[in-house]
Amino acid sequence: MSDHASMQTATGGALYGLCAEFADTGALLSAAGRVYREGYRNIDAFSPAPIHGLAEAMGQNDRRLPKFTLLGGLSGTAAGYGLGYWVSVWAYPLNIGGRPLHSWPAFIIPAYETTILFASLATAIGMIILCGLPHPYHPLFNVKRFREHATNDGLFLCVESTDPKFDRVATRQLLESLGAKEINEVEA
Amino acid sequence: MVDNTSEHVAAGGSPFLAPGNTFTSITNKITGIVLTKRTPLAWFIGFFVGFMLLQSLMVSLVWILLKGVGVWGVNQPIGWGFAIINFVWWIGIGHAGTLISAILLLFRAQWRMSISRAAEAMTVFAVMCAAIFPVFHTGRPWLAAYWLFPYPNVMGIWPQFRSPLIWDVFAVSTYATVSIVFWYIGLIPDLASMRDRAKNRFAQVAYGIFSMGWRGSARHWQRYELASLLLAGLSTPLVLSVHTVVSFDFSAGIVPGWHATIFPPYFVAGAVYAGFAMVLTLLIPFRVIYGLQDFITERHLNNMAKVTLVTGLIVFYGYMMEVFFGWYSANQYESYMIFNRQHGPYAPMYWFLIFCNGVVPQLLWSKKIRTSPVPLFAVCMFVNIGMWLERFVIVVTSLHRDFLPGSWGMYYPTFWDWSTFAGTIGLFLTMFYAFVRLLPMISIFEIRTLSPDAHPHGHGEEEGAHV
Repeated sequence: MSDHASMQTATGGALYGLCAEFADTGALLSAAGRVYREGYRNIDAFSPAPIHGLAEAMGQNDRRLPKFTLLGGLSGTAAGYGLGYWVSVWAYPLNIGGRPLHSWPAFIIPAYETTILFASLATAIGMIILCGLPHPYHPLFNVKRFREHATNDGLFLCVESTDPKFDRVATRQLLESLGAKEINEVEA
Repeated sequence: MVDNTSEHVAAGGSPFLAPGNTFTSITNKITGIVLTKRTPLAWFIGFFVGFMLLQSLMVSLVWILLKGVGVWGVNQPIGWGFAIINFVWWIGIGHAGTLISAILLLFRAQWRMSISRAAEAMTVFAVMCAAIFPVFHTGRPWLAAYWLFPYPNVMGIWPQFRSPLIWDVFAVSTYATVSIVFWYIGLIPDLASMRDRAKNRFAQVAYGIFSMGWRGSARHWQRYELASLLLAGLSTPLVLSVHTVVSFDFSAGIVPGWHATIFPPYFVAGAVYAGFAMVLTLLIPFRVIYGLQDFITERHLNNMAKVTLVTGLIVFYGYMMEVFFGWYSANQYESYMIFNRQHGPYAPMYWFLIFCNGVVPQLLWSKKIRTSPVPLFAVCMFVNIGMWLERFVIVVTSLHRDFLPGSWGMYYPTFWDWSTFAGTIGLFLTMFYAFVRLLPMISIFEIRTLSPDAHPHGHGEEEGAHV
């Protein structure tokens, strides 16, 4: 375990973690899995394109998003149908050619649209919330390589100093042994 | 470009991306379109034409607000003239964007990736153009809100939920909202790429705000991809419902020529048909102006032309069925409606429609035409015109001679009808050219997934690449 003094970067700032860059997708994928199996938990990988299985290799098993969609959809149905019912039966009843006030087939269409509307908005907002966005500042952007390449062509793996297993020497050695081509300290 | 890909595909690449492209080259080529000081001359010409036409919209709308909708040619018995024709035309065009980004995503069709962004942008702008017509057709839009939108007003009046017009408001406003959300969500990772590559401080801040601090985290990507899949799953029933509801505006009425059960599927097919033709109309020139042949290959043109052909045949089947129903109904009003379309005062429009939508698209059976940009572009222009004529024929020929000869009349569009219509084309072009100049017109991160860089070496494609 590291003491407080070792949690500083070369320039004297607090240490956020170690950021390793990998040459190709296969190396990143196997490194992420290996670091996770070594017991590290506060880790994250970064790539300019989605890589299948990368989050799963780091133990992520997040199934919350579809629940947002389902809840959004159900509340949309209730809101759309309820609005049609309330307007036509209670708030503004009109006799249209003797048709029943509760003309349910007609109310299904607005309810169908609001189901999709609410479900889509819940999905989009849910994804943004679950990802913790918007998050304009992040310590990783202090690393020049990361800033210039993460959204272009670079593949990175970051082990955060908050991880109980984090040790600036041992963790660096582990990352080096996994074939990292460059390792940078991240200033918090 | 079509034939030399087998080796590249075996190496883990995709047939929908020219060989030799890496993450770096993809980022540079696509962000370079925007982050450059040298804008092609063709862009300025196109933007200028669009912007001039947009002024015609501004003047027309002011004139309509000053004088009332009487400046349009609408009157009894044709109360729905250009306003509804153009509304349906524009909404239909939008459908291709959603089809490409949602339905083809569910089918995992990789050729979707390089055209989806531009097609979705087209959808958003087409819906904007469409919305102008019904809104201004109300005459005084600021007074019309209470019967369009359910909101508590001082009169205590609420909209009529049994009316197809209110269904339309729900369908179109949902469609506009979901299209914008889907488009924006798709842009987030690319906005981050733009943020990190922009040199100009204003651009960095602007892209930075809209990219929400995206940094390509694998934990984010997993949720992001799931969200894209869910949004695609939601957009698919949505896009099928929108033109269905638009067709209810007609088919829920009793007017001969409108009251037909074939309307919903025939309208949806027509929308996809018109939309793909418009996507091709936009992308064929842009791919040359910006040298995007690496990303929008001949296979893309070929596939889009095939969808146009198939949906065109469905639409043509719809026309034949209308004629068949006219005869088979043994109803004098229905059969007169068909007779009047083919031999009445608007017969030239009808026959030109059959030529544009029934005859010309048959050229797309030829692979040579499907993969040659110039003839394909010409076919698509016929389709654009044909689909506009279809709506003209449906709206005008049905209304101008209905049940009672005493209520027959003629419809002639006025100068202001044409200037408003041309104006919305201006709005569309202005928005599209601005989009191409300010945002990545091809989804960068999706194209990256086509490159061998995105896959562990030696594994190649893990998912089947379907066409």
